[in-house]
Amino acid sequence: MTVPDVVQVDEATRLTTQPLAPQLRSGVLGPLRFGWRRLTSMRTALLLLFLLALASVPGGFLPQRRINPLRVQSYLEKHTTVGPLLDRLQMFDVFSSAWFSAIYLLLFISLVGCLLPRTRLHLRALRAAPPAVPKVLTRLPASDTWEGDADVLARAEKALRGWRVVRRGDELSAERGYLRETGNLVFHLSLVLLLVGIAVGAFRGFKGTVLVVEGTGFSNTVASYDDINPGRRFHPSSLVPFTLQLQDFRATYAPDGKALTFDAQVTWGRTQATTPYDVRVNHPLAVGGAKTYLIGHGYAPFVRVRDRTGAVVLDQPVACLPQTPQFLSTCVIKVPDAAPQQLGFRGAFTPTTITQDGRVGSSFPGLVRPVLTLVGWAGDLGLDGGVPQSVYSLDTTALKPFDKGQAHALSEGQTWQLPGGGSLTYVGTREWATFQVTQDPGKRLALVAAVGIVGGLMLSLFVRRRRVWVRVRPGAPSTVEVGGLSRTDPERFQAEFAELVRRLRE
Amino acid sequence: MPDKGLGQLGDGLLFTAVVVYALAMLGFAGEQASRKARQSVTAVRDSTQVLVGSGGPSVTLPAETVTSLNPSRAGRFALALTGLGWLVHLSSITARGFAAHRVPWGNMYEFSSCVAFVAVTAFLVLVARGYVERSLGAFVMLPVVLYLGLAATKLYTAAGPLVPALNSYWIKIHVAAAVTASGAFQLSGVVALLYLLRSRYDELTAAERPTRFPVSLGAQLPAAPVLDRVSYVVIAFAFPVWTFAIIAGAIWAEAAWGRYWGWDPKETWSFITWVLYAGYLHARATAGWKGRKAAWVAVAAACALIVDYYVVNIFVVGLHSYA
Ligand code: HEM
Repeated sequence: MTVPDVVQVDEATRLTTQPLAPQLRSGVLGPLRFGWRRLTSMRTALLLLFLLALASVPGGFLPQRRINPLRVQSYLEKHTTVGPLLDRLQMFDVFSSAWFSAIYLLLFISLVGCLLPRTRLHLRALRAAPPAVPKVLTRLPASDTWEGDADVLARAEKALRGWRVVRRGDELSAERGYLRETGNLVFHLSLVLLLVGIAVGAFRGFKGTVLVVEGTGFSNTVASYDDINPGRRFHPSSLVPFTLQLQDFRATYAPDGKALTFDAQVTWGRTQATTPYDVRVNHPLAVGGAKTYLIGHGYAPFVRVRDRTGAVVLDQPVACLPQTPQFLSTCVIKVPDAAPQQLGFRGAFTPTTITQDGRVGSSFPGLVRPVLTLVGWAGDLGLDGGVPQSVYSLDTTALKPFDKGQAHALSEGQTWQLPGGGSLTYVGTREWATFQVTQDPGKRLALVAAVGIVGGLMLSLFVRRRRVWVRVRPGAPSTVEVGGLSRTDPERFQAEFAELVRRLRE
Repeated sequence: MPDKGLGQLGDGLLFTAVVVYALAMLGFAGEQASRKARQSVTAVRDSTQVLVGSGGPSVTLPAETVTSLNPSRAGRFALALTGLGWLVHLSSITARGFAAHRVPWGNMYEFSSCVAFVAVTAFLVLVARGYVERSLGAFVMLPVVLYLGLAATKLYTAAGPLVPALNSYWIKIHVAAAVTASGAFQLSGVVALLYLLRSRYDELTAAERPTRFPVSLGAQLPAAPVLDRVSYVVIAFAFPVWTFAIIAGAIWAEAAWGRYWGWDPKETWSFITWVLYAGYLHARATAGWKGRKAAWVAVAAACALIVDYYVVNIFVVGLHSYA
């Protein structure tokens, strides 16, 4: 057996549909065709892959607007010279930047351009018989010759079970492992499908978040969300109709305050919220194509406010926003209906209250010693100015503080008698949860593509494609020539070839 | 509640495993050193025989020098030690899992231990399958020992429960696949580096130019084509596993966060790593990119993986909450 180090590349010995290096031809279409073949060549694909990796690097180090706009903001504030420059280069929006898009679009154009002819070639190869025996078998990576007769061909047909075998007179060609190329094409095709799936989601998808206090709910309409993020081609009528009511939220914590479980017990329904369900982390509620996730939680002290006339002007839970892992939360209470003056309160809610140097804090996220600490104002809340105001901030320019701005701490059930009449009672504590509802119509396609990607890869990397030829040269005595080649795993092929030769020579 | 005693047992076993691996490394190094010494001894003996043949005084070498330097015995012993270390390592990981009542890859410390475990497993499989000589062990165990040592001193976390977001069916699959692929990738990175050394060494010696450390190590290494093949075989195994890990991660992210991909720093670096390995596989099929250039791509990809695990976890803020 000989193993020459140079293998002649001709049709029979190419075991791939990989494009050959382009050559410039003359004629009007010559340069165009050359450019196209260049774009769809292996070398360009490789270059574009490296560029894609390189272009992602800033996205892996710099804060990105889509993920964390606040960190981008603080980065820009800290780096006043490089910051704006980086911003102009779209470094904080890497994955939607012009240059990143250009790279992956070129890559996928190259991919489609390379995939189509390769698929055609492969489909042809799938139907064709293995190629005829090359003239010189001894130049193949594996070959052998000995004295023997035409019986060897019958033995070869038996030995090559599972191969595609054709016999042409005194010659025999066999091939195996077509699935390798099939897998490779499925893999690359699935990459294209994945991109399509991602695009469908980006254009037609929807994301909305809403804060819900225990005992209240929302319905899946654009208007009920606090914050929405629709795709460019999203249509509101594609929102799956349903309503959801938060009955009870529960969180459990380890003694050191680390969260152990979050559990939002809800009821939901297409028209009426009647069916119970537990929304937990990793356990969303799916209704049609809409999925509802639990993404945050906090406390909402129930507050009752009476004005100077004694009328109850506010009687509801007020959601406070957590600021620390121990859920020290900030609260704003606005009472526009109070007479004769509007009332406003600002302060902190602490679930497990500790006092240090006259300041309140929280030492544990669970509800152990809840205290609501507030400063109050009376005057004009400034709600009629036409400028929309956040419910979480209080504009005190036209307000006068009670007690010179001194804070009052209330435990559950306690009441603060306001100077000059009126009162505020901290009735009890409820919890709230934030839900995110997403609809991504491209998701299923992306999943199918993902399966194709993994399946195609496994075939492409683990199946071995190889060819074997046998020829009997008439003469006295006649000789048998055997040759073969494999594109991968030469060691294993040599062993397989040796075994084949052993069986043929029996 | 986590079981403290078992957790400590797991830590002790890991320490033992590191010591046994270090001894194995010395054994492999000893095998190489003594093989080299033996070669020179044989060379001396050959030259003495030439002398004897030409009528000079006869010199007999003391027999023990040769047997005490028996390289194959040192190598076999080192391989056995590696196997022993592997078993101890496996028990350490198991003890951790039982201590915390969960899969034993819930934080960076445990993760690193598992990655090293996979790398050693892959090395043992390669030796058993005859892909490489066991003497490569000296070069493989060194990074394993350093890696485990660093993980145990810098990333140590006592056994405890998981944060809620990590508590899911998919995390087990996702992280198991990521660990497997990473262990194999790191091994292939080491082998690719060794390939670069060896092929540079071959180039210099062919040109009859002197070699200096570290290129001179090339003399101790398996032939360049062997190293090239081994790093390819390992990557060809790990790449689909990594691909699957990313997809499982996306499915998990979809269940936990409501989107399957969001360019979180960790996702971004996993993507960069994936693209670089895809580039490596492409490079091996592209004219002009086989050999050393492809090996550099494999090394770059392994570096991206390290960034993914360590730099991102420690320095970049993201959603992936390993602490
Ligand atoms: C979207 C970017 C691409 C990725 C992520 C990618 C990935 C891969 C991977 C991982 C392999 C190795 C597995 C295997 O052998 O099947 C591979 C092989 C291959 N790719 Fe791509 N590829 C991309 C684009 C392209 C393009 C644009 C072309 C066309 C020039 C191409 C042509 C090939 C060919 C011909 C092979 C087989 C190489 C061989 O014969 O072994 N790929 N690709």
